[in-house]
Amino acid sequence: MNHPDEQRLMEFAAGDARDAKAIEQHLGECAACRESVESVRRVVAAASAMEVPEPDGSFEARMWRGVRAEMEPRRATAGWREWFSARRLAAATAMAAVVLAAFLAGRFWPRPAESPAPVAAVTPQVKERILLVAVGDHLDRAQSILLEISNAEPAAGARDKNVDISHEQKRAGELLGANRLYRQTALRNGDAPVADVLDELEPLLVELANGPAQVPASALEALQKRIAARGLLLKVRVVSSNVREKERTAVEQGRNSS
Amino acid sequence: MTRMADSDAAQVALVLGGDRDAFRVLVERHSRRLFRLAYRMTGNEQDAEEIVQDALVRAYRRLDRFEQRANFGTWLYRICANCALDRMRKQRTEDVHREHAPAPEDDAQGPLETAASEAPGPERLALSGELGQGVRTAMNSLSATERAAFVMRHVDGHSIEEIAEALGLNIGATKNSVFRAVQKLRRHLEPLVSTAR
Repeated sequence: MNHPDEQRLMEFAAGDARDAKAIEQHLGECAACRESVESVRRVVAAASAMEVPEPDGSFEARMWRGVRAEMEPRRATAGWREWFSARRLAAATAMAAVVLAAFLAGRFWPRPAESPAPVAAVTPQVKERILLVAVGDHLDRAQSILLEISNAEPAAGARDKNVDISHEQKRAGELLGANRLYRQTALRNGDAPVADVLDELEPLLVELANGPAQVPASALEALQKRIAARGLLLKVRVVSSNVREKERTAVEQGRNSS
Repeated sequence: MTRMADSDAAQVALVLGGDRDAFRVLVERHSRRLFRLAYRMTGNEQDAEEIVQDALVRAYRRLDRFEQRANFGTWLYRICANCALDRMRKQRTEDVHREHAPAPEDDAQGPLETAASEAPGPERLALSGELGQGVRTAMNSLSATERAAFVMRHVDGHSIEEIAEALGLNIGATKNSVFRAVQKLRRHLEPLVSTAR
């Protein structure tokens, strides 16, 4: 047998060679090919042993939160559940978010210069925690829209056609009202990082919510470049992470004080 | 079907029946494995986490297309591999735009590859004895498809047929991708692994 070529030797080393017996026989007689196979095995072993960092303990919770933020209710069966269509529930959720945001913004977030809020039964710590959870969830949702837009691309072979961003458009519309209220509240309370990132998000949400559901690939690309150039995704992620950290601290403080 | 696969199928059925929170069990069960795949494909922790997130969302949205007879873990793994590929290709495109560089000959040149070309050569690495860094550099010299094929074949032990199906390639192209990957790795790592012996 002639010397097997490099590809056949590599396939043999991986157990993928069709003529394994013939190659094995050749290796018994050819030191050079034997060394070549050994070399491939050493290289593959070294490359396969690449260390992978272990995600922290809250990794799964983070993943779930991200997925949950993207979920729309599934319709299990027809009948009365039909009334709760995805569209209606989404609208109701958006409305509830706005109402909650307005309520929290107006009543909950502590305002040093004003008289105490008239909600006597809820402590300031609890109020702060509720607000942090709401802002954290809001930022998670915004982050997932940015991710979707950043990763969107025309279908293969359809580079000249429009891209459907109706899903992102709808969700941007749902977030817009709450975004304004959270931004105003953060401004009032001197929370500059949150106010700044919400301020940067707002024009994008407005543009998405009021723009066309189908955009040309070139327009999508321009939008993606703007998001990337401003580092918006990273900013939202950093602020979201800080808010979540504050949320955890607030929970621990709540536990310690109770 | 294994007990885990049975259990996965039951969770999927619950989600499809309207219990969205049942998906949480699947997220908790599979996220770390997906992270390992995504990290090996990108070499970046943050990218890997975003890829897992993206894959889980994509899986949830396509859950009604999942065939109950199939293995959910395998199905999710494929989605994650494709999310990672999409991300790597997209980064390559952005990088090419950013640098105003001419288009590469094939898909072998990406941002990771650019980093690799600026990294120390194999000889310097061999001299410094940094095998770990050498492996990262070598992995970064692979195209997105080559890296995916290598990880799936040699790290996760999938067959050529499974990889071909997951990546949407034919058998020949898949074999070639694995071959080119090993060939490039060999070029980078051979001096290092010979020294390390």
